[in-house]
Amino acid sequence: MKRQSKRWLGLGLIVMIGTTLVAGPVTMSVQVKSGQVLATPSFLGKVVTRVNYGDRLQVLEQQGDWSKVTLADGQGGWMHNSALSKKKIAMKAGSQDAQTGASGDELALAGKGFSSDVEADFKTKNRDVDFTWVDKMEKIKVPPESMQQFLKDGGIQPVEGGKR
Amino acid sequence: MSLRIDALAQLLSVAAAALALAFVSGCSTMSQVGGVVGQATGVMNADQAEALNKSALAIEKTFQDITPEQEYYIGRAVAATVLVTYKPFDREQANAYLNLIGQTAVQFSAKPETFGGYHFLLLETDEVNAFAAPGGLILVSRGMVRCCKTEDELAAVLAHEISHVDHQHGLKAIRKGRLTSALTTLGAAAGSSLAGGQLAEVTKAFEGSISDITSTMMNSGYSRTTEFEADKGAVVIMKKMGYNPAALVTMLERMQVQLKADNKGFGKTHPAPEVRIAELKKTIGTETQPEASPVRQERFQKR
Repeated sequence: MKRQSKRWLGLGLIVMIGTTLVAGPVTMSVQVKSGQVLATPSFLGKVVTRVNYGDRLQVLEQQGDWSKVTLADGQGGWMHNSALSKKKIAMKAGSQDAQTGASGDELALAGKGFSSDVEADFKTKNRDVDFTWVDKMEKIKVPPESMQQFLKDGGIQPVEGGKR
Repeated sequence: MSLRIDALAQLLSVAAAALALAFVSGCSTMSQVGGVVGQATGVMNADQAEALNKSALAIEKTFQDITPEQEYYIGRAVAATVLVTYKPFDREQANAYLNLIGQTAVQFSAKPETFGGYHFLLLETDEVNAFAAPGGLILVSRGMVRCCKTEDELAAVLAHEISHVDHQHGLKAIRKGRLTSALTTLGAAAGSSLAGGQLAEVTKAFEGSISDITSTMMNSGYSRTTEFEADKGAVVIMKKMGYNPAALVTMLERMQVQLKADNKGFGKTHPAPEVRIAELKKTIGTETQPEASPVRQERFQKR
């Protein structure tokens, strides 16, 4: 009994160390083209909803590489930290955010710098460079269930991080 | 607001003068040059000079700190440029298997989410080679896959390439001057879309950046330190994922034999396998040979 309570205490400590409660919600932006909000802090978790580049959401808590988020419509779940940015992303260069001159530390302008316009201009100037296969390879997406099956079938047991 | 715009217009006109001088002197950075020139020529007062310094610094930082979206467009053009030299291997099943291993391995990397995600493609060449374009577009030659005798070894190769993306090694190959050359164009276009001459200027910087990255990846290669860093990152991914990282060593041992007769591809752009093995052993020790897995071997051979 005593040993078991010690074990629970140890487990509790591990959970506490791995979890960072954010002092009040922090607003962050989605910095990937299309992001997934998952039911659990794991890539193999069920997809609750999808978010788009520039969407703003509230981060309530962090657990290792994962953030617990709430969307404007009230839905919530987990996103990997690498999909989020503290910067506000102004979707149009001419938007109010861009005009008020927020510094680069606070603001990223979508479509600014190297963008789809620049790629289009690059294509017209470099006719020998063909993007067909780049577009094709971008369509190859492995669903989480296939990853899970792949690991299981191959007897590959993740040690830490990633799906955990 | 109008005061602010007037002030900005004034600052930009001074910035143009500052830039002209920067071309002449050739060594001042844009973030410092505004104040020095403006004050020296008496065009603006100290406050204005300070404002320009801050503004130039902000623009410089914005551009040097390439956003995931910009990294994505750079990566697309890098991959497309590599595909001018190497043709894709158009076999759906083989590419699906490559993506299954690769995209799963990505989940165990430090930054699994990139703007457009990670995607893998085989190249139709016997040359032993692989390329990691910024943002996560990874191209692997059939010669490289043949160099691997197990799924674990192929996973090690992919983990090495993922690690290059993770550490943004491609972006670091862009010459500093490239980014600062587009600085004034972006500054002048603040608040509006790029058009005409401005677009041409930024595209020029873009072309230069693509050329810097592809010539490093395809000809000169990264530094030894960079390759060792990618190997170390690969070991971390392999361990987290559950593969034995010693698979990277066994793959390199085979590559050592194969590359002796062929100084192309990896032989030209990477440190000798024996050097990488020696460095790797400092990280993983003398790990035993990876255990054979019949299931993994079967699916690897069926690919």
